[in-house]
Amino acid sequence: MAQISSTLLYSAFMIYLFSTLFFAMSISDKKRSEAAHTKKWGKIGFISACIGFAAQLGYFITRWIASGHAPVSNLFEFTTFFGMMMVLAFIILYAIYRMNGLGVFAMPVALLVIAYASMFPRDISPLIPALQSDWLKIHVTTAALGEGILAISFVSGLIYLIRTVDQSVSTKKTKWLEVILYSLISIVGFIIVSMAFNGAGYEAKYEIMNEKNQAVEVVYEMPAIAGPANGAKLDDAFGPLFSTPSWMNGVDASKKLNTFIWSLLAGAILYGLLRLILRKRIAAALQPKVNMNSDLLDEISYRAVAIGFPIFTLGALVFAMIWAQQAWSRFWGWDPKEVWALITFLFYAAFLHLRLSRGWHGEKSAWLCVLGFWIITFNLIAVNLVLVGLHSYA
Amino acid sequence: MQTITCECGHSNPYGTSLCQACGKPLENDVEVLSSMRYEGSARRSQTYKKTIVDHIWNFFSSVRVGVWLIVIILVAAAIGTIFPQETFIPPNVDPASHYESEYGTLGLIYYLLGFHNLYGSWWFIILLGMLGLSIIIASLDRGIPLYKALKTQRVTRHDQFMKNQRLFSVSKEVEIEEVKYTLESLRYKVREENGNLFAEKGRFSRWGAYVNHVGLIIFLTGGMLRFFPGMYVDDVLWVREGEKASIPGTKSDEGQYYLENNEFILEMYDKEEKKFNSALSSVDGEVAKNYQSNVTLYKTEPNHTIGEEPELIKVKDGEIRVNEPFKFDSFALYQTDFKLNEFNKMSFELEEKSTGKKFGKLTVDLHEPEKKYDLGNGYRVEIEEYFPNFILNEQKQPSTINNLPDNPAFVFSMYSPQTPKGEKAFVGIQKNIEAGENKFKMSFAGIETKDLTALTVRKDHTLWIIALGGIIFMIGVTQGLYWNYRRIWIKQNQEEVWAAAHTNKNWYGLKKDLEFLADKSNLMPLADKEVNSK
Repeated sequence: MAQISSTLLYSAFMIYLFSTLFFAMSISDKKRSEAAHTKKWGKIGFISACIGFAAQLGYFITRWIASGHAPVSNLFEFTTFFGMMMVLAFIILYAIYRMNGLGVFAMPVALLVIAYASMFPRDISPLIPALQSDWLKIHVTTAALGEGILAISFVSGLIYLIRTVDQSVSTKKTKWLEVILYSLISIVGFIIVSMAFNGAGYEAKYEIMNEKNQAVEVVYEMPAIAGPANGAKLDDAFGPLFSTPSWMNGVDASKKLNTFIWSLLAGAILYGLLRLILRKRIAAALQPKVNMNSDLLDEISYRAVAIGFPIFTLGALVFAMIWAQQAWSRFWGWDPKEVWALITFLFYAAFLHLRLSRGWHGEKSAWLCVLGFWIITFNLIAVNLVLVGLHSYA
Repeated sequence: MQTITCECGHSNPYGTSLCQACGKPLENDVEVLSSMRYEGSARRSQTYKKTIVDHIWNFFSSVRVGVWLIVIILVAAAIGTIFPQETFIPPNVDPASHYESEYGTLGLIYYLLGFHNLYGSWWFIILLGMLGLSIIIASLDRGIPLYKALKTQRVTRHDQFMKNQRLFSVSKEVEIEEVKYTLESLRYKVREENGNLFAEKGRFSRWGAYVNHVGLIIFLTGGMLRFFPGMYVDDVLWVREGEKASIPGTKSDEGQYYLENNEFILEMYDKEEKKFNSALSSVDGEVAKNYQSNVTLYKTEPNHTIGEEPELIKVKDGEIRVNEPFKFDSFALYQTDFKLNEFNKMSFELEEKSTGKKFGKLTVDLHEPEKKYDLGNGYRVEIEEYFPNFILNEQKQPSTINNLPDNPAFVFSMYSPQTPKGEKAFVGIQKNIEAGENKFKMSFAGIETKDLTALTVRKDHTLWIIALGGIIFMIGVTQGLYWNYRRIWIKQNQEEVWAAAHTNKNWYGLKKDLEFLADKSNLMPLADKEVNSK
C-alpha cells in the first residue's frame, strides 16, 4: 500500500508538470493565438490539473490506509498536503474565472511546494500521544486548505505585479519583485542541492551537548557552512565557516540553517545564470508573456482572500483552539505557532479592511498578497526552524 | 436636529448625503459612487465633529484607526515570539539573568522592555481593549444608518443616482416584463413601481461584517471574564500511584473532591512493528505511544469539617490520556506530566561492623519519616536530621533543595546496649560519614519506588461564551465574504430605459448576471466606468 501511495504521488507530480506546460502553451503568443487555441490548451491544462489532483488524492488515501492515521503528521506529509490544497484552490478559482495565465504560475508554485516536501524524511511515522486525536485531521486539513487558497491570492498578486510594475527603469519595486522571484528560484536551488549531496552520499559528523547535557552526534548531509552551536567536529570534512547562534532552538536548528544557506547560494547561482541568459530582469523577461486583464487579476487575488480567510480562520484558529483545549487544557497559550497563526489572521483582516478604501486596490493590494504569503511560509518553515514551541515535532 | 427633505418627499436625518429613498445627492459636491459604501447615510462620525465625545467617537469609528490598531497588535505579537515568553523558560531560573545569559545583550533589552511577558502586559491588554472599542464604535457608526438606509430604499431612483453608478446603460424598446422574468430566474428579489424595477440579491450579506464584529466582542468579553473569581481554575495536581490527593480548586459547599491514582501507564512503540519500522529505527531512543493514568474519583460528605479525617465516597473510575481529559462537574483533568520511579521508601539494617551481625531492619517512608525506630532488645535508631533532596549549600552545610526525595540523606543516631549514648552517622546515597569511630553502621537494604502522574485541573466557565463568540464570528465572516449584495435598477425615462447596477463585492459576478440579462432581453449591456476610465 505504501508503495502504491508513493507511485501515485510521483504520477501526480508528473501530471502537474504537464499541466503547467499545457497552460504555458495556452498563453504562448504565437501568430495563431486565437481564442480557439487558447481555449483548447487551457482546457487540456485544466483537465490534467484535475487528473493530477485525483492521483494525489489517491496518494493521500492509500497512505492513510497504510499508516492508519491521516497523513498530515510530519513535515513531508503536511507540506505535500499543502501543495495538494494549492492545486485544489487553483481548480476552484479556475472554475470561477477561467484564467489560463493563473495556471502557468499556480501549478509550478504547487510543484515547488511538493518537491520541497519530498526532501524531508518520507517514512511513515507513528503518532506521539499529543497527536492522537481526530482533531489532527480536522485542524490540519482545514488550515492547509485555507492556506492553499490564500496562496492563490499570492500567485494572482505576483502575476499582477509582473504585469504592471514598470520595467523600463530600475526602482525599488523592480528590485523587490526580483527578490520574490529569487526566493522561488531558491526552492529549486534547495531541491537541486539536496539531490546532489544525497546522491553523493555526503556525511559530516559533529558532537554536541543536548539540553540534558548528554553528548549526541549530529550528522550533516550537506557540507557545514553553519556548524552546530558549541559542536565538535568528529571527522575532517569541510567547514564549518561559523557556528549557528545558540538562540536557534528548534529541532536540528543548525542543520536546517545550513540547508537554508545552501539553498540561498544555489538559488543565487541559478538566478545569476538566468539573468545572464535573459540579459534583463527576470520579471522584465516575463512581462510580455503575461498580458492578462489586470483588473481580473486584482479581483481574483481579492476573491481568493475572501474565500480563504474564513477557512483559514476555521482551521488554524477555531479548530486549533478546540483541539488545544482538549490536548493542552487551554485553548490559547501564546505558543509561537499559535501567535503566527493569529498574525496571519490579523494581517488578512487588515487587508480586507484596507480593500474597503479606494487607494488600496490594484498594485498595493498585490504587494499585500505577496506579504501575506510570506507570513504563511514563515509560520510553516521558520517558526519550526528558529523558535521553540509545542509544534516543533517536525 | 433638522431634517433634510428631498424633492421625492422623503425626509432624511441631518448629515445624509444621498436621499435614503431615491438616492438623489442632497448636496452638489456629493460623489455618488464613493458614497455608496454606506448608502450616503448620516453617520454620526461624519456629522458631528465638535465635542470631545465626538472626537473620541470619530477616532474609534475610523477604519484607518482600526487597521492601525490591527497592525500594531500584529507587530507586537510578532515581537513576542522573538525570544521565548517567561512562561516557556525553565521554571527554576531567574528571568532577569536568564535572558541575558541565553540571548546576550538583545535578551537583556528584551527583558528590560518587559517583552518577556508581552501578552500579559498592561499595554498589550490596552491595545486589545482599544481594538474592541474600535470594533464596537465603528460598527454602530455604520451598521445602524446602513440598516435604516437599506430598509428605506425605494424602487424608483433619482436620475443622477442612476447615471453615476459604476455600471450603467441606456436602452430603447425594452420589454420590462422580460427583464423582470430574467432577473427572477437569477434569483433576484424584484420589486416594481410605476413600470420601474428594483432587483436585489443577498442583502443579508451586508450584515456579515456587523455579525462577525458582535462575535469578536463576545469572544473578547469571554476572554476578560477569566479574571473574575470563580470563573476559572488552573492548577496542577501530582499524585503517586496508590495514593489519594485532594484536587485543588474543587472545594465547595457540597464537599471536596479527591483523586486516587490507581496506576500510571507509559507505553512505547514497538520498534519491531512493521508499519513504522523505518521511521522508528532512524531515531535514537524510543517513541512514546501512550501516557495514561487510571484514577478513581472520590468526594467528601458535604458537612465535612476541616482537620477531621474525611470520609470519602467513591464517585467514579476513569482513564486519563493525552487528548482524553477526565470530566466531572464543571472540572476536567488533563494528563500533563509524569515522573517514573520516584524514591518512596528506603530500608536499612543496623549492622555491627566487626562481626557483620544484623540487629533488625527499618523502613523509612521518605515522605513522612518517623523520628524513632525501635528494633527491640535495646536496639533503636533515631533520625536526627533528614534531607529529602540533599545538597551542600554555599556555606558547605548539608541542606535540601526541596521536599522531593530525589536524593535522600539522613543523620542517624544508633543506640545499642553496648553504645547507650548513641553513635552518629551521616548516610546518603553512596555516602556514609561517621562522627568518630562507630561500632555500628546503617547498611542499605533496599528501596521502593513509585510512579507519579501530573494532572492539570481546569475549570473554565468562560468557554461557552468564547465558543458562542467564535460561532457568531464564523457565521458573520462567511455571510459577509461568501455572499454579496447585488442591486440592479431599471428605470423608464420617457422613451429610454435606464439600467444601473451596484454590488459591494465581486463585480465580476454581477457583470456575469448582467451579461446574461442583456443576452435574454433588449437591454443594452451595462458599461463599466472604471474600466473605460483606464
